[in-house]
Amino acid sequence: MLSRTADNLYWISRYIERAETNARLLEVGARNALMPNIGGGYRNEWDSILQASGTAKAFAEKYGEPVQRNVESHMFFDSDNPSSVATCIERARENGRIVRTALTTQVWDALNTAFQEIREMQRTERSKMPLTDLTDWTTRTTALIRGASLATQLRNDGFDFSNLGHYLERADSTARLLDVKYYVLLPQPGMVGSGLDNYQWSTLLRSMSAHRAFAWAYGGEVTPQKIADFLILNRQSPRSLLTAIEGAELHLNQLARRYGKTTPALSGARSILAELAEAQVSEIFEEGLHEFLTRFIRDIATLGAKVHESYLSGEAR
Amino acid sequence: MNTPVLPEFFNEMFDSGGVRSPYRRLEDWTRDMPAELRSLKQSEAESLFRRIGITFAVYGEGGDPDRLIPFDMFPRVFATDEWRKLERGIKQRARALNAFLTDVYGRGEIVRAGRIPERLVYQNEAFEKAVCGFQPPRGVYSQIVGIDIVRTGPDQFFVLEDNCRTPSGVSYMLENREIMMRMFPQLFQENRIAPVEAYPRILRRTLASVAPLKCTGEPKVVILTPGHFNSAYYEHSFLADMMGVELVEGQDLFVEGDFVWMRTTEGPRKVDVIYRRIDDAFLDPLCFRPDSMLGIPGLMNVYRSGGVNIASAPGAGVADDKAVYCYVPEMVRFYLGEEPLLENVPTWQCGKQDDCKYVLDNLADLVVKEVHGSGGYGMLVGPKATKSEIELFADKIREAPENYIAQPTLALSTCPTFVAEGVAPRHVDLRPYCLVGETVELVPGGLTRVALTDGSLVVNSSQGGGVKDTWVMAD
Amino acid sequence: MKLLVTHHSSYVFEPPTRGVVQSLRLTPSIFDGQSVKHWSVTVEGAEMGASFRDGCGDWVQTVSMLGPVSEMTVLVEGEVHTTDLAGILRGHREHVPPAAYLRSTRATRPDKGLRKLSETTLASFPDASPLEQAHALSAAVSEAIAYRPGETHAHTTAAEALSLGLGVCQDHAHALISVAHAADMPARYVTGYLHSTDDGQAHEASHAWAEIHVSGLGWVGFDPSNQCCPDERYIRLGSGYDAMDAAPIRGIAKGAGDESLQVSVAVQQAAQ
Repeated sequence: MLSRTADNLYWISRYIERAETNARLLEVGARNALMPNIGGGYRNEWDSILQASGTAKAFAEKYGEPVQRNVESHMFFDSDNPSSVATCIERARENGRIVRTALTTQVWDALNTAFQEIREMQRTERSKMPLTDLTDWTTRTTALIRGASLATQLRNDGFDFSNLGHYLERADSTARLLDVKYYVLLPQPGMVGSGLDNYQWSTLLRSMSAHRAFAWAYGGEVTPQKIADFLILNRQSPRSLLTAIEGAELHLNQLARRYGKTTPALSGARSILAELAEAQVSEIFEEGLHEFLTRFIRDIATLGAKVHESYLSGEAR
Repeated sequence: MNTPVLPEFFNEMFDSGGVRSPYRRLEDWTRDMPAELRSLKQSEAESLFRRIGITFAVYGEGGDPDRLIPFDMFPRVFATDEWRKLERGIKQRARALNAFLTDVYGRGEIVRAGRIPERLVYQNEAFEKAVCGFQPPRGVYSQIVGIDIVRTGPDQFFVLEDNCRTPSGVSYMLENREIMMRMFPQLFQENRIAPVEAYPRILRRTLASVAPLKCTGEPKVVILTPGHFNSAYYEHSFLADMMGVELVEGQDLFVEGDFVWMRTTEGPRKVDVIYRRIDDAFLDPLCFRPDSMLGIPGLMNVYRSGGVNIASAPGAGVADDKAVYCYVPEMVRFYLGEEPLLENVPTWQCGKQDDCKYVLDNLADLVVKEVHGSGGYGMLVGPKATKSEIELFADKIREAPENYIAQPTLALSTCPTFVAEGVAPRHVDLRPYCLVGETVELVPGGLTRVALTDGSLVVNSSQGGGVKDTWVMAD
Repeated sequence: MKLLVTHHSSYVFEPPTRGVVQSLRLTPSIFDGQSVKHWSVTVEGAEMGASFRDGCGDWVQTVSMLGPVSEMTVLVEGEVHTTDLAGILRGHREHVPPAAYLRSTRATRPDKGLRKLSETTLASFPDASPLEQAHALSAAVSEAIAYRPGETHAHTTAAEALSLGLGVCQDHAHALISVAHAADMPARYVTGYLHSTDDGQAHEASHAWAEIHVSGLGWVGFDPSNQCCPDERYIRLGSGYDAMDAAPIRGIAKGAGDESLQVSVAVQQAAQ
């Protein structure tokens, strides 16, 4: 297929997943902010969200201090923010319009409706839209688009590129969400394992709609080790890094078979996969969770670049 | 000069003898349709159009890309014999226009014979030196010829304008039919209406039939669009989809060696025929505008050396200029040795001294158009203009007379149209799309544009025009 | 005259470009005034393709080079034997009708100054033949625009050069085309090579001049820079509406970045 079409399909999925991540980040922030202020500070919670989204600097330049209302604007509505929910939905829909004929009516309808709705929301008075409405709308809408794609799209190479975008963005997003915890400083080292610490961890689970799944899978206390295991190494978890990389590998492999040609992207995915499959939670904590995630996010970016080079740039020979 | 102006407007549905035969069954249909059903259907049609995303401007009029062009549900109908006559005339004209292009880029016989002024051809902005001495496959320069036709009486049809480059609007012809069939299936059971759905298939076959000599195997056809910001992007993507061909932008193609290649996820794929929907000037920065970001560097060299075909040929526009238009009947006689079956609207060329004087003296009764203009802009409709507008326009003509032509205000036929008060006659025109390749083909139908404002003769969508489904009754 | 040509055009791209496509018009025209003994156009590492003779009679080649490209050299070498035809382009086959060359471009559009120069020049030769008129226009341009390098640039128009009163061969050619158009005479831009003689009269080895279509004679070359008509010192390559249209090399490098070009041209008389 046309490289540009593949690129559009890939980015529709990435933007949709990114929109969802932003909504979930907002949710984490809001829940953490609900906790009584015990020295960690109000500022802390929202700043951590901005750090994790990678837009803290841009935010500070435009808004200054991170207060909830502004963080909401920035992460949901702001068209200056390249990863705000509104920007992501708009770009996903624009990419969809370009490849309109490669999409089923259901997928296009879902994309187009999302776009019309967010335009409507941008015109609505903010006081009438509590944060939960915004985040609920986003998770519902992105699920609808993803669902329409899974249920109706032709299983051709375009489907592979679309899924590739989804899995790579999801891997990146889980890693970033997990990393939020790194930025939420506990007021004193002695608080590790305290009620506040645990509350922050379980908020993270909630934000990924995973707290019940977690309870079924692990039961008992919420510990950082269990959560890391669940979100990094557990194949049952739909958001785990391993699940995401397996998904990406599957579709890269499918493409290699379809085209009868293996690519650096496939070997890249395989080497990340091999490392994750071998990894132990204890080793990850030994390296440092933040260090591990930083490295992983970088590896995913490299893999994304290889996918671009191998298929999307049009430079393939 | 005889003017075809009639005292009365020709009503395509009613004449002195009552309902004209092609419209017979539609009388009951409208009479039996309650007002509520009608408005329900109208909004259904509108939401269908919006859902599909068919919001674009026809004829390069620009404007809001999300704007919907009003769709009128009352079809415009031709009887079989009426259409046969039109069809013969349209095909004849399409052949003559292509013969003209072959000639002016070849030996220029028509110029040498003094049948058309040399200046009009060779100094024309649209004349492309880069095509001189080159014959595209099958000698076809304009593969898609859109001919704008108006009707003034039962047997009077006039050509208003030819479009040899990339006439737009054909997706309306197809979508209007699709929507009518979805909303009123019974009408299609009761009436024998010739289908138009073969158009994309015939277009693809036509384009494949003009693949270059160097092409071996199944020709790879693509549509080249300026991009998704273009107001006609929907039409480009719709046609690509219906034809089953790739929709590409300039950046998706590149030249290497003797051919043009498409960037795909599996590596380069050779392209044989490019149906381009971008202007000549932007096709190739190495040949035309060096700042063009929309084109493909080196494309013209591959074209000229027979590695790819471009439809329509660069330079095809020299045949559809409004000043060259005056000579089309002459082309029919000169190249085909036939009498033109379709007449031109009588036209005064302001570049001629006598004509110019007449035009300036009679501006209040004439329609004056810019030679290179389109979309109803840069136009004066004398009878509707104020005195000061006329004076202002007269100055423009005096300044550059060769840029203007004038025509009498035509008594455009009317077709019943749904309006707020019910059904009322509104003026219409017609654009059929003739395909020229190995064969010359015309699907039975076209795009009917309607001036929705009472009394208006301007059918352009930018000025209150709408569209209708166009029916040709089968035998 | 037996002329040997060596012409290097070396491009450096920084950073390396994704790819280069060029259209070359670097092969001598075929007409009675010159005959090519041997000629080669080579670009190392590039693919040559899509070659054809265009409607103006020029031989056009396409060069493509896949990226990343950091350097590229177009090398032209050959030998041409020339005869003096007093500028007349005799025996040249082309399809473009002369009338097409009445069209002006941005570079050659006559402004008031150029129109006036054209009118006053021709007014002083009321009974001149078309050929004499063309000579008079060429002389008028030489006089109105002094040859001085460095005062104008690639995009200077004829009108600008005239009001400046200074220019190089490109400006002279544009201005001559322009005054010819003002007098309703078809005219075009010509590129080629010029052999510098010892007397120091000729200026550049890579050269440009104009041709005016004179009824009865056909196309006739005029070189206002050297105040003569092309003779056996000239090698004609190709023509166009203006310098851009006739350019011997037209190219596009993909991607942003700096492009620098070094050109060296040598036109020597072959040893007898």
